[in-house]
Amino acid sequence: MQVKKQFKEGLLTKNPVLVQLLGMCSTMAITTTLFNGLGMGVCVTVILICSNICISLLRKAIPSKVRIAAYVVIIAGFVTMVDLLLKAFLPSLSESLGVFIPLIVVNCIILGRAEAFASKNGVVASALDGLFQGVGYTLALVVMCILRELLGNGTFGAGVISADGIRLIPAGYPMTAMILPVGGFLTLGCLIAFSQWLTKKLAEKEAAQK
Amino acid sequence: MSNTLIRIFTITLNAILVENFILVKFLGICPFMGVSKKMDTALGMGLAVTFVMGLASAVTWAVNHFVLVPYDMGFMQTVVFILVIAALVQLVEMFLQKSVPALYQALGIYLPLITTNCAVLGVALLNIQNGYTFLESVVYGVTGGLGFLVAIVLFASVRERTEYSDCPACFRGFPIALISAGLIALTFMGFSGLKIFS
Repeated sequence: MQVKKQFKEGLLTKNPVLVQLLGMCSTMAITTTLFNGLGMGVCVTVILICSNICISLLRKAIPSKVRIAAYVVIIAGFVTMVDLLLKAFLPSLSESLGVFIPLIVVNCIILGRAEAFASKNGVVASALDGLFQGVGYTLALVVMCILRELLGNGTFGAGVISADGIRLIPAGYPMTAMILPVGGFLTLGCLIAFSQWLTKKLAEKEAAQK
Repeated sequence: MSNTLIRIFTITLNAILVENFILVKFLGICPFMGVSKKMDTALGMGLAVTFVMGLASAVTWAVNHFVLVPYDMGFMQTVVFILVIAALVQLVEMFLQKSVPALYQALGIYLPLITTNCAVLGVALLNIQNGYTFLESVVYGVTGGLGFLVAIVLFASVRERTEYSDCPACFRGFPIALISAGLIALTFMGFSGLKIFS
């Protein structure tokens, strides 16, 4: 039951981006193609799982006064590993995400989960929490990517399905602004508004059933 | 000499307008959204960030140039920088508390938040990536901070009004703030063609 609840919280009711409003810098900055979004999502998920496991194992050994500093060092270690692995095996992804890979260190989702969950719960639960929160983050990124890529570039799945993706809107029609910074703010604003609307609707429905 | 001046001028213009840290580079969105509800807190946060970004640029440049590069430890960059920034923020806080209590009163509550501000770590990493000299790094740090200040003050003045405006219920609060930030970003796109001396 616990696992099911965690799953639902990570993906929907407590989605890190759309409900908890964490980690917005990377969400808006890199969601221009599906390739970037999936890559970033997987990186953050891996780091989140590793750091959650590590912090959960060490939670009794770390004195509470220096816990934040200790968490940051653990997270920075995993981020460096992922950064170097990407540079070695996926240089194209590493190039297009640029400075946002090392900046995962200061992504509030990871420190937030460490402080709110991994420092209080067992290893298995923490690992699952990392997985579900990471998948929730990836899901939000992918939705942003699909919307922005379609509206701004007129394609779907660039870099994942084929180099240029499938063209759905003929060239010349898409609004380039959507893949520029403006589009990031507008898309995320509308998505959060939609999730707020949905949460309210669901709550009303539940209240009506009772 | 004039060459250096031109470079510094270009960096300044870039950091404040053309490649604004928040509105174009998306660095430091959390504090931008979090503390922009009132004008005076926004101003305090902006000043504190400018100060720390300038200082962090100087220190991380020195650490990179005199420690990491000579000992061939470039792979430790992220870990070392985040620790240096955290220690720096702590030191600044202690120093201000002792010697300039008035400034501490004004900036105090924002300082601990700055450690996890991606603009600070971002500027440190970008300085190294762009291969800036010491002077250029410090200028980039301070002017990047000023760009942050400009954006957050502009945004706070807009947000004070959107708080009381009548918009659809599901857009109230955070989404409408994001959309108004998007419109500010749109106006900043107007600067993107701006190039001087190049």
